[in-house]
Amino acid sequence: MKTMLNVALPKGRLGEKVYAMFEKAGYECPSIYENSRKLIFENEERFVRYFWVKPSDVAIYVERGVADIGVAGKDILLEYRPEVYELLDLDIGKCRMAVAAKNGFRDDPRKKLRVATKFSRIAGDYYRRMGRDIDIIHLNGSIEIAPILGLSDVIVDIVETGTTLKENDLSVMETIVPISARLIANKSGYKFKGGQIDALVERLALQTEERK
Amino acid sequence: MTFSDLPLDLSEQIQFSLRRLYDSHGYRRYRMNKFEEYDLYARNKDFLISDHVLTFTDSDGKLMALKPDVTLSIVKNSPDAPGVRKLYYNENVYRVTKDASGFREILQLGLECLGQVDECCVCEVVYLAAKSLDAIAPDWILDLSHVGLIRELAQGLGFPKEKEDALFALISARNRHELLALCREAGLSDASAFLLTDTALTRGEPARVIEKLEKTLGAMDALTELKELTQALDAWGVGENLRIDFSVAEDIHYYNGLVFKGFVRDLPKPVLTGGQYDKLMKKMNRASRAIGFAVYTDQLERLEQALPEFDVDTVLVYDPSTPLAQLRAAADSIGGAVLLQPSVPQGIRCRRILKLRSGEVSDL
Repeated sequence: MKTMLNVALPKGRLGEKVYAMFEKAGYECPSIYENSRKLIFENEERFVRYFWVKPSDVAIYVERGVADIGVAGKDILLEYRPEVYELLDLDIGKCRMAVAAKNGFRDDPRKKLRVATKFSRIAGDYYRRMGRDIDIIHLNGSIEIAPILGLSDVIVDIVETGTTLKENDLSVMETIVPISARLIANKSGYKFKGGQIDALVERLALQTEERK
Repeated sequence: MTFSDLPLDLSEQIQFSLRRLYDSHGYRRYRMNKFEEYDLYARNKDFLISDHVLTFTDSDGKLMALKPDVTLSIVKNSPDAPGVRKLYYNENVYRVTKDASGFREILQLGLECLGQVDECCVCEVVYLAAKSLDAIAPDWILDLSHVGLIRELAQGLGFPKEKEDALFALISARNRHELLALCREAGLSDASAFLLTDTALTRGEPARVIEKLEKTLGAMDALTELKELTQALDAWGVGENLRIDFSVAEDIHYYNGLVFKGFVRDLPKPVLTGGQYDKLMKKMNRASRAIGFAVYTDQLERLEQALPEFDVDTVLVYDPSTPLAQLRAAADSIGGAVLLQPSVPQGIRCRRILKLRSGEVSDL
């Protein structure tokens, strides 16, 4: 029995790219182009309902089952570890989680390293694996400013092109993990709509393969 | 007898149905003290869902804990003995959950079978898990997995044991792309990486999945075990909603062998989880084996349930001068649920409001 598939899309540029992939896979919903203020769109013929949510909230909607599937960055999945299935690497929204510092910075291993980041868990796990004692300074934005003002020694943040770092006299020291957009699914929802979800995953996987 | 005509909400009705189900299969209710010596948990942290335990010092100076778990106490109080102990419990436990900040009181309903656990016991416990799901909602799925099968296959292909945690974490996320990468990173050939990944992510109706795995893997003890079990469950009448899905075996430090999880439509999380936990028995120096499951009663609250239309049938507003003796008789004469009030209350939904003046009941 086919039922509506609820899809949480991240608002913004990445979400638009993702929707284009869904559309190409045969899950179009033309009304999505009609009204920019509306947040929920559905196409009953294609058994699909989309909603735009804040990118960092996609995993919450999926974990709590309001959305059967959604698209979230690997950074969010690593940081919040939602109980969801990660079914496909969509190979878009590619960037990396990296350690960056002011140009010319030298790490003094005798001291605790001060790390400014929005991603406390990822940073904590990374330095724990290295056996390095750190002081995490959790910030909510403008991370690049922390080492410039002397708030931290390094930052752990997402680096896409590196332009922002360059403009602030910072550079990447190490890459922690590559990041890209992932298709996630609610574990319970997948039990009951697995056939529908698998069919979609297959079509999206073809597109990512073609791109490679 | 059903519980639907009693003043119970849906979650309570289900809990009573489950208790009756377990009673009718000879499982005895196990009542226990709320407290346990903290030492028990300190020694068995690996077997607790969360490291956090609420502790206090008892009057004799002993460090005690509010129970974060029931199974440990049951095992502690189950010495090796001939036969099988079949128990169920309906107890509050205290633990920190991922969704809440701080400790929460959680009502846990579960069933355990300890001792000379044989195929019949295993089959009966899974059968009762299936029947429990059936009592919870009409549309349910019980996923079965076997830790031994994946472990044996991985070891046979040369997958390093120290990376087993990462392997099972990725299987539980059905993360195919990173599973393949992990297998390659661990030195497996492409063919082995695909065999392990494809096997681990196979899911579906037991007969179909087992037939497919027999072809690709050949004879394996765990596969035979799964085959015999699912065929028996089919004969016991609960085969239709069973599925094989290895992604449910995530807690490999607790469970060995068979692991299962139950899901019902429209509830986002599993409502039931269980499996064989012989490792805990061994850790607590028991030669016997064990299998059991727990029902997440907090999830039951989320089941769709219509709010009753009225809080009460009748509000009876009485005159303050009414003699008390008359009041009771007047209320009893009305029938249904009657709420006595000295004046018309705010925010109560009722079928009607009556007044009582000079011993006479009339419309307000």
